[in-house]
Amino acid sequence: MFQLILRRLITAIPTFLGVSVVAFLLIRLVPGDPVELMIGERGASPEVMAEMRSNLGLDRPLAVQYISFLKSAITFDLGTSIISKKPVIDEFLARFPATVELSIVGLFFAILLGVPLGILAAVKRNSFLDYFFMGGALVGYSMPIFWWGLILILVFSVHLGVTPVAGRVSVFFDIPPVTGFMLIDSLLSEDRWEAFHSSVMHLLLPALALGTIPLAAIARMTRSSLLEVLKEDYIRTAKAKGLTAYRIIIVHALRNALIPIVTVIGVMVGTLLTGAILTETIFSWPGIGRWLVTSVTSRDYPVIQGGVWLISAIIILVNLIVDMIYMWINPHMRELS
Amino acid sequence: MKPEDLLGGRWLQVKRSLSKNKGAMVSLIILFVFVFLAIFAPLVAPYLPSTVNDAGVIVPPAFTTGGSGQFLLGTDDLGRDLFSRLVYGSRVSLGVGFMVVFLSVLFGVLLGLTAGYWGGWVDSTIMRCVDILMSLPSILLAIVVVSILGPSLFNAVIAVSVVSLPGFIRIVRAAVLAEKSKTYVSASHGFGASHTRVALLNILPNCLAPIIVQATLGFSDGILNVAALGFLGLGAQPPTPEWGVMLSDARAYIESSWWLVTLPGLCILIVVLCFNILGDGLRDALDPKLKSQ
Repeated sequence: MFQLILRRLITAIPTFLGVSVVAFLLIRLVPGDPVELMIGERGASPEVMAEMRSNLGLDRPLAVQYISFLKSAITFDLGTSIISKKPVIDEFLARFPATVELSIVGLFFAILLGVPLGILAAVKRNSFLDYFFMGGALVGYSMPIFWWGLILILVFSVHLGVTPVAGRVSVFFDIPPVTGFMLIDSLLSEDRWEAFHSSVMHLLLPALALGTIPLAAIARMTRSSLLEVLKEDYIRTAKAKGLTAYRIIIVHALRNALIPIVTVIGVMVGTLLTGAILTETIFSWPGIGRWLVTSVTSRDYPVIQGGVWLISAIIILVNLIVDMIYMWINPHMRELS
Repeated sequence: MKPEDLLGGRWLQVKRSLSKNKGAMVSLIILFVFVFLAIFAPLVAPYLPSTVNDAGVIVPPAFTTGGSGQFLLGTDDLGRDLFSRLVYGSRVSLGVGFMVVFLSVLFGVLLGLTAGYWGGWVDSTIMRCVDILMSLPSILLAIVVVSILGPSLFNAVIAVSVVSLPGFIRIVRAAVLAEKSKTYVSASHGFGASHTRVALLNILPNCLAPIIVQATLGFSDGILNVAALGFLGLGAQPPTPEWGVMLSDARAYIESSWWLVTLPGLCILIVVLCFNILGDGLRDALDPKLKSQ
């Protein structure tokens, strides 16, 4: 068991290094002089440009540049944004909680709805309900979420007028940032429940849009994994013992069907962060996704580089953790060691 | 060589199995309609996608109140006919999907075949790179490529091809590894066939089934990702009649003109969905072992 975990940890190292190479090369592969590109039409004196070049380390040999980049990347010293002049890591940390909040709520929605729908489809296999749910899951899986978000706005905000269109909370509330999570911060603020209600309403549509693809994937995986387990001998034994269908499914089958479901949920972390890039753009959600897109448009290369490095490092880390949970809950893996 | 020759008798079996799959057949018909619209866009569309009609700005579709028979699906904020733009948009999106699939199949087969056939350090080098590319989520990787190359439709196609390449390499490599140990390969070597000949003419044709499935699914991913980049302003640029760009333009008019927001996205969804259903159907038909329950 310990060996397995250690081996998994070691395989993550080349991936980390590889991603750091990608982030490192990002600025250097841009055709033309990156410093000139960054300054753009704003213009700058040759001295300022030379200083920028040496700040970015662009005047040293490539291998030296990479080593120093790696050093600063590991210590999160990612330079300063050209536009805001603030350190990239501060900008990232200011926006990250918003993305995490959105992703967690989206994932909860996907799990809470996806697992029961998958179970229902598996139990009522080949019924109308099964076809309906799985058809819906296929549509959800193919959904362009940037369109889906707009449709949600069109229906719930424009026509029904029940949800706000953009932002995290109504501007009428003055909410001091404590944790960075609006759901918690709003409860800590003066207006308490009204502010909380506002933040929930703001979160509803983006989370729904973001959770749609994970929801479809989880529902499909739950169904097929449960169907697989239901074929096993011990399920027949359970039936022969006269257990109720409910007990067989929930206690006996689902526990073993959970393993692939956990894996899918792990894979979904990447999907969520990707989806956040689109969802945040639609709903003007002040998270890291929108930050990254605006920095690409404004050619703020330190931010792009730092953002790509941080986001991919987080994804690798989360996948590592999910794999370990997977090894932990899967008895087959435990036997292997 | 025709597909019949490559897949032999299995091709007929596949055709029969696929034609029994109602969903796949309906998808195929819908996709044919889109391909038809894309090819004959100038004949189908009443206007050019760039034609600005003084007759009406933001006219609702013809079948709603306030609509005009002149514009079937209404017009946008510049008075351009939405139907014409959608028709020309199918040209962009299908073309983009085709380019992405072509590029990723070409390089995916090349690299996957090399990795699987040669093995050793070549294999581990290629697969390490694949692992790294796969650890980044697709849009993030595409953003990296676009921020290097600059935003344009062509660069978006390159970016999305880079994103879908690792999947192809993995699938081709796995198929090659499965075929490599079979007797016909050693027989071919025994007859003195060169490595290139064995790899390209003996092994590759037997790996076609998973490649075809992946290529079909690659269409949907390609179209979806290029549209997403267009929506973010990192792909095709206005006034290109690209569905993602059209959606992004329509955001400002979401409160007044529902048709501008709904219809381009609906086109993306339908095309992507059809390619997904067709891909699933092809997988079931080509490889009954993988048939989903």
